[in-house]
Amino acid sequence: MVQTLAYLKETPSQTAGPYVHIGCTPNFSGISGIFETDLGSGPLANEQARGERITIRGFVYDGLGSPLKDALVEIWQADADGLYNSPAETRGRADPNFFGWGRQPGDMQTGEFVFHTVKPGRTPFRPNDPRLMAPHILFWIVARGINIGLQTRMYFSDEEAANAEDPVLARIEHRQRVRTLIGAREGETVRFDIHLQGENETVFFDM
Amino acid sequence: MKTAPPETGAFFARDRIWHPPALTPGYKTSVLRSPQKALISLEGTTTELTGPVFGHNMLGPTDNDLIVNYARPGEMAIGQRILVHGRVLDERGRGVPGVLVEFWQANAGGRYRHKKETYLAAIDPNFGGVGRTITDDEGGYWFKTIQPGAYPWPNGVNDWRPAHIHFSVFGHGFAQRLITQMYFEGDPMIARCPIVRTIPDPQAIEQLIAPLDWNATVPMDMRAYKFDIVLRGRRSTLFENRKEGN
Repeated sequence: MVQTLAYLKETPSQTAGPYVHIGCTPNFSGISGIFETDLGSGPLANEQARGERITIRGFVYDGLGSPLKDALVEIWQADADGLYNSPAETRGRADPNFFGWGRQPGDMQTGEFVFHTVKPGRTPFRPNDPRLMAPHILFWIVARGINIGLQTRMYFSDEEAANAEDPVLARIEHRQRVRTLIGAREGETVRFDIHLQGENETVFFDM
Repeated sequence: MKTAPPETGAFFARDRIWHPPALTPGYKTSVLRSPQKALISLEGTTTELTGPVFGHNMLGPTDNDLIVNYARPGEMAIGQRILVHGRVLDERGRGVPGVLVEFWQANAGGRYRHKKETYLAAIDPNFGGVGRTITDDEGGYWFKTIQPGAYPWPNGVNDWRPAHIHFSVFGHGFAQRLITQMYFEGDPMIARCPIVRTIPDPQAIEQLIAPLDWNATVPMDMRAYKFDIVLRGRRSTLFENRKEGN
């Protein structure tokens, strides 16, 4: 008899549902008094953090172009020097005044999400591959009707040279789709809309 | 927290046939919220290999006790008292210590405490429906709650969700990030549910059903259900010296 492989299967995903806010942003959903604040709801950087302050604003649109009003968006990014605030960061210690992770619901009336953060520095592609990626922020979207969290990235419109040599963007065969990952820089604001479906469908990753 | 060196190996690829696909028309909202183009596949980069860490100092003393964490002093939520416990493991069967687990649910009557919820079942004034904890050195977690009720939802004409608890789990890298739902052993509602049935493989559905755990039941206090959560495994860094080929 051949030996048995003892791997477990990953727990299958299920939708976060329409009441994801009860669990992830209870104060926002009107349940106050259990948690002092909603996790990830504040700015990612405190006043001492290094780097350029930016505000990211956007909507998540469905296949008919209607903004979702019940989505939950999380972001994960490196600090201004390109270091991640994570035990798995082996290149040095990240800025202690920058957490790197944030979580925001869309506005209940409009659906707009807003993050206050700093522009990330460039990070190496892999621990064993020093090619630099362009500055980017990982976005993760869950909502009613989304069976498994959708993962994408926001790059910056003012980083054309870095974007041109980014090894992840280089993987996108249909070059006209790259624009769906570029956040539009307008002063301190970066606009980044996510289209779940259709003509302008955002590139989503399996990584 | 153990002080083992951080793991930097790549995560196992997700089995996207095991997970529900994006488009599952029986669950109507998925029709307009599912990407129609293929995902771009790439083994994770430093961005997905890393992830946030949450400290125990953010937890309050009743964060994992839904029976009392929204109740007025001296009062408790109404419903069947249960202990939900288990381990967060990776696909290699190892515990995943020090990770945040969040959970939320309806009350005993199937009513959520949410502005947009209009189901006629009563709100329990002593039940909020949210909790969180951080896994111990072996990946273990537990919380006390009341067993949620089934609730109706506007999908088909007469669709009801089985009793369920929503889970949100972080891992050691953002690639492990997962949201799922736990169901209860023996519930005849499970097989009828369009959201459960977004999962194509019956064996994968079984992985979301928590068995009654008689041994963990506290006599004269609360019954127990065991729910283990498996996150993506990762390769040993010994095998990580391969350069990206094009």
